[in-house]
This record gives sequence, C-alpha cells and structure tokens, in this order.
Amino acid sequence: MINAVGRDIPDYLLTGGKEVYKGNCYLDGKMICKACRKTVRHEKPQETKVVASLSEALRLCGAKSGMTFSFHHHLRNGDYVSNMVMKAAIDDLGLRDLTIAATSLGDAHDPIAEYIEKGQVIGIQTSGIRGRVGEVVSAGKLKTPAILRSHGGRPRAIEAGEVHIDIAFIAAPTSDCQGNCRGIGGKSNCGSMGYAMMDAEYADKVVVVTDCLVDFPNYPASVKAIDVDAVVVVDSIGDPKKIASEAAKISKNPRDLMMAEDVARIIACTPYFKDGFSFQTGVGGPSLAANLFLEKIMDERSIKMGWAIGGICGPMVEMLKKGKVGKVIDVQDFDLDSVNSINQTPGHYEMSASQYANPANKGAFVNNLDFVVLAALEIDTSFNVNVITGSDGVLRGAPGGHPDAAAGSKCCIIVTPLTRGRMATVCKHVVTVTTPGDCVDVLVTDYGIAVNPARTDLVKCLDDANIKHVSIESLQQKAYSLVGTPDELKWKDKVVAVMEARDGTILDVVRQIQPVSI
Amino acid sequence: MIPRPRPERFRLRRTMMFMNAQKPGLIKDAYIYGCDSIMLDLEDAVAENQKDSARFSLYHAMKTIDYGDTEVIVRINGLDTPHWQEDIRVCVACGADGIRIAKCESADDVRTVDSAVLHAEREFGVEEGRTLLMAALESPKGILNAYEICMASDRMFGVAISGGDLRKSLQTKFQTDGIDLVASRGLVVLAARAAGIQCFDTVYTDLDNDEGFMAELKQNKAMGFDGKSLINPKQIRPVHEIFAPTEKEIKQAEKIIKAYKEQSAAGIGVFTVDGKMIDIAFIPGAQRTLELAKACGLYDGGLV
Repeated sequence: MINAVGRDIPDYLLTGGKEVYKGNCYLDGKMICKACRKTVRHEKPQETKVVASLSEALRLCGAKSGMTFSFHHHLRNGDYVSNMVMKAAIDDLGLRDLTIAATSLGDAHDPIAEYIEKGQVIGIQTSGIRGRVGEVVSAGKLKTPAILRSHGGRPRAIEAGEVHIDIAFIAAPTSDCQGNCRGIGGKSNCGSMGYAMMDAEYADKVVVVTDCLVDFPNYPASVKAIDVDAVVVVDSIGDPKKIASEAAKISKNPRDLMMAEDVARIIACTPYFKDGFSFQTGVGGPSLAANLFLEKIMDERSIKMGWAIGGICGPMVEMLKKGKVGKVIDVQDFDLDSVNSINQTPGHYEMSASQYANPANKGAFVNNLDFVVLAALEIDTSFNVNVITGSDGVLRGAPGGHPDAAAGSKCCIIVTPLTRGRMATVCKHVVTVTTPGDCVDVLVTDYGIAVNPARTDLVKCLDDANIKHVSIESLQQKAYSLVGTPDELKWKDKVVAVMEARDGTILDVVRQIQPVSI
Repeated sequence: MIPRPRPERFRLRRTMMFMNAQKPGLIKDAYIYGCDSIMLDLEDAVAENQKDSARFSLYHAMKTIDYGDTEVIVRINGLDTPHWQEDIRVCVACGADGIRIAKCESADDVRTVDSAVLHAEREFGVEEGRTLLMAALESPKGILNAYEICMASDRMFGVAISGGDLRKSLQTKFQTDGIDLVASRGLVVLAARAAGIQCFDTVYTDLDNDEGFMAELKQNKAMGFDGKSLINPKQIRPVHEIFAPTEKEIKQAEKIIKAYKEQSAAGIGVFTVDGKMIDIAFIPGAQRTLELAKACGLYDGGLV
C-alpha cells in the first residue's frame, strides 16, 4: 500500500492493526492501553543485589533463547556493555534466537554483526544502526526485518507492548548495591541516562552493569533500585574517551558558519523568536554553530531563550551559565562540559526519552518546541529527510530524535551542504524516508535556502526580512548539475528493515541491496 | 565551456576574496559566499614549483564552473618573475574578467601588462579590450605613482593597497587606528578618484578580532574606499553591512533627487532640503547612494 510519503509498503507487514503512515498527528487523541510487565515482590530485606558475573545475572533473571534484551547508548561509541552481555548470553550460556532492542547501535557494536551472521541474534530494534551491524542487516543476514524507530517512537512501542523487553541492561557509570544508578560520579561518566529510564520501568528484569560501585543510596538516581533485579560490577563499562568528547567545539569552517548564520537569521525573522522561546539543535557543524549567531541576535534584541532540550553539549551549557537560557533539559550528553553540568548547574535537568519525544503520552517536550535545527544525509524535493541509509542503500545512520523534534516543533530547519563529495544531498527521492516532509519547514544549504511551500507564513517571514530563498527543486537541480544525476539503486525484494514513523505507522522499508559491481 | 559576459569596468566591488587558484575545494564554489569578486591567486599563495599546476587548475575551473555574477579576477605573478607572461596567457585564454598586477610601481608596468594582454587576446581570439586590469600598490614608489598608474590604461578599473610589503617598506607595523597607512590610503583614494576608477583597501588578517575588523571597515568607508580585499568568507557580511548606505542616507538621497527633479522642472537651480542648501553638485552623490543601496538590496524605488 502506498503511504502518505509515496512509499510502497508491502501488505504482509500490515498485520495486527499495523497501518501505513497517514500524515503528522494522524493518531492524535486516540485512546490507548499501556502494556505492563511481570515483576517480583522483594518484601524481605536484601543485603545486596550484586552478583559475581554477567552470566550469573543472566541465570538469575531466567535468561533463555528467544528473549529480547535491551540496551541504551549513553556510552555511545565507547560502550563495552552491550558486547559483554551478548558474549555472556551467547558464548557462555549458549542462548540463541535473541532480539536486541537498543536505543542505538554504532561502530562499538561491530562484534554483534557476527552473532547476526551466525543466526544467534535474529531481531534488531533500534533508533540508530551503523558500522558492521548496519552492513550485515543490509546484506539480508538478519532473520527478521530490523525495526527502526525514533527516540520517541521507541518508548511508544514499549508502552504499547509492541516491543516487550525481557531483560534490560543498564550501563551505569555509578550504582549502589541495590541498583540506584547515576550517570556521574564514576570513571566512565555519561551524564544523562534518559534513554534507559523507560527500559528499567517496562522490562520484566533489569540488570545494572557498572564499573563504579558506590555507597547506598546513590542519589538522586536516574534508574531506581525499585526496578532493579541484579547489579554486576565489571572492570570497565566503556572507553571514557569515546563516551564523552572533550568540549564540543564550534566549527570554524566558513561553509558551516555561513549556513549557521542563515539559520539564525531565519529563526530571528519568525514570530516564534521572542523572549522565552524554546530550541533544540544538533551537534553537527552548522547546527551547533547556529548557537553562536543566535546568541548574538538574542543579545541585540534583549531576548532570552526559555528552555532548550535534546542531546546537549558544552555551548548550550555555556549559555545556561551565562543566563541566556532558562532551563536545559536533556536525554543525553555529548561532551564533558555537559556531562559535568547535568544536575549540577542550576537549571540543567535530566529527562526520559518518553518525556522528550514520545507521541503517545500526554505531551512530550518536543510538542512545545518553537525551533529545531537538524542535519540530514539527504532531503528530497518533497522535503522528506533521510538520516538512516547511505547513498549506497546501506544502513548507516540514526533517526534518533530527528522525526520527533521535526514533528513537534513549530519551525523545523534542516541544515546541510548541498553536496557531500560526489553525492547530492538535495535529491529527487531520498533513499529512505526517516522524517516525513510534512514535518520539515525550511532547508538551509550552502547554495541557498528553500521554504516548504506548505508554510506560506514562513515564506512571508523570510520575504519581509529580505532573506533570499529559492525553490527546493532549483537546489536539487543545482546539486545534480554539480555532481551528476545519481543512478537508481538496485534492490532485492527482501525487506531488511522497517522504518516506523514515530506514531507506529510504517513510513518506509529498506530492502536488501544488490552489491554494486563495476 | 562556461561563457562569461563581457566584464563591466564599473560595477559593485565591495568585497574581493583571495583564494589559492590551486585549491579545488576553495575555488569550486567560492561564489556561494556572496562576495562581489573573487581573487584567484597565482602569486604568493602558490609555491614556486607549483605555478604551472596552478595555471592548469585556474584554466579548468574557469572552463567548468559557472561563477555567475561573481566577478573573477586573477592575481598574476610580479613582472620581476619568469611567470607573468604565461599567467597572462592563461587568464585571457580562460576568460577571466580581470587581472590584478602584483607589485605595480609605474604606468609602464601597467602598459607592459596591457600590451601582453592585448597580444594574448589576439592569440586566443578573445574580444580586444575585454580583459580588465587592476593594480596592487605594495611599495612607496607604487603609492607615489598611484595617479599615473590609475591613468595608464583604459582597462584599469581600480587600485588596491597591499599592506604586507608596504608596511615593511614604510618601516612601520599594523596599527589599530590605521595611522601606519594613513598617508598611503589617502594618496590611493585621491589618485583613484582623480582618475575616476575604484580603490580597495588591504586585507585584515586577524580573523578572530571582529571589533578591530569593524573599526577598520568604518575607517575605510569614511576615507572613501569602494571595497576591501578579504581572506576569509566570514569577512564578507560585515563589509557589506558597513559599506551599505544607512537608512537615513538612503532617505536623504531620495529626497534630494526628487526635489531636484521637481525644482529643475520649474527652472530653479538652488533650493533647500531639510534646511540644507542643495544644487546640482549634490546629485551624483545622491545617485551613487541610491545605486549602492539598490545593489545592496536596500532600495527598490524607481529613482535609479
């Protein structure tokens, strides 16, 4: 069936009430029931939940073949925990047919590719998929199609029972012996643990893995002991260098800066730019640099930002410290400045993925966003964005909170160079739709700005402010004139991944790619 | 082959951005930053043993990249080097809009380049007189000969101060208040205005000092410069902002031209606008203000 972004979704995927994408806010107001979990009463005082090893924790939690294990990605590319757990489950306990429900998978998780190839891991549900895992899934080696969800779509699916987590593994920079976890105070700090919160509340069993056991109570806790079955202490949960980078630096690349300045000018010409406005930005070159120019205009007009959300890094913390933003609320921290600030700097708080972006609760933060500035791998002339597949059709990206923030915000600005190497970023049809064009308002490239024609109000704002803009088609044509028209990708029939819209409808599918032969 | 229209000798040239002609990443789309002119450098940015490959890079860039309305000038090597003749041939062959003569010191220098350009135009079948010239004044002698340099050829559209070498020769250093170059800048503006061509100030190299850059721009504008040489795209917008006429200046210019049209139709030569005496001498200035305002996108009226 063809969905609202023109993608053909195979009928066999549309079972059990699954629908195709019908447009933003299609399910608004729908009554739903939340799934619940099996849990256990601990009435007797328990001296400690610390067990000797991951294998023992798995046995204690009744791990068996066919189960779903969940992981969160606050340790980013420094994460050791997911691989350790899978190794214990598969190599030590001999489990198979496992499904991984992760908030994101990256290069750090390359060893999992082998478990997929051997058929020991048969399912992947994630908000990001890169490295070898992306390659083997694209090559059709995963037994069931991977399910790709946004950061808001994942907690929605957990609440709806579409993904049932048997055992959640919490990578905790610090924990006490009862399982109260925090993202700070240890040797592998990650700051916010927002993506892990839902997993701890909805999984049947919860195992905390830490490399820094601290005195009880480890408070205020991000994941609470009331949800935890076992605590495992390991030598190291991750590589601190890859968990949080040194302070994120604002780009000095003139191309990035030019685009960033355009972004700030666009923001400033809309009616939403007033005292108390809300803002989210990515950490990519031009997105982050937009802060710099925005701050300048805020100063000129004596405007302060009310609040900022998202993945957070140093420059936003700086603005908080300078009193230019009222509150910063985050699900994830990207650099040491933000890791060291969360719950320490007044006004810097943690939130769960559901609070951040879940479309099926009574109002996530993204719903109240005025502006979001996001990057894209590709954007097409219908403003659909792809942040999951490369130009070769291989899974190598992460929707993350992109679709959620785009859908919830009043003004979603995509900023990206027109071309990357020989690839046209602005194209006729994106390889995979991850963020539907009806949620995207403005495109800023190094070759010009395009406004979604559906936003006649924003067109007028830019015109009134004398900000030049062109049609997105003309940008696409310019891109093709520079780097050539891309050849069509060649796909096999097999669907290797399903891209869900944040509301749970199907936005697109990724098929197995035919290897390129030259 | 990207055809370029015949270059205009007089056009808006507020910003002239330097870049190494040998760097594909820079020259492939330098026009996106919105400077009025780009300056592809065959001289100091290019190593002595790379001059040849820089010429190839320049030639193929001009043949394959559509620079659109952005003027393309090439800085050639000095007349005391073995490179300048071949530089001129490639500039003409590839259809560059103009040539910047480095280290120009006399009218003879201009005439030497002029004749080589003419020769190249004939050699490559390019319309004679198409290729424009400008001169960089980098020595005390060049500054003192500014007027004869400006007048030396009909191809000349402007002169630029090149501060690096000049400061050394003057035995001074960069000063934040501009006192180091005050005499040179004054002479160059005088010469260019007397000759009826444009003048451009030297580069500002401290990229992290926004305040210092703005101060220098304000001084440049106050002295009468038409534009400035730049080394980084982030310098473009400040120049365009500072060199743009203010809203007050635009309104005043509009009033003067309107009043002049009405009064002269009624046979009156001298009249007052807002209490100030106005006559025909004010008209070119007011017109220039409106033309600049139009070019800057600040005026869309019908008076120019």
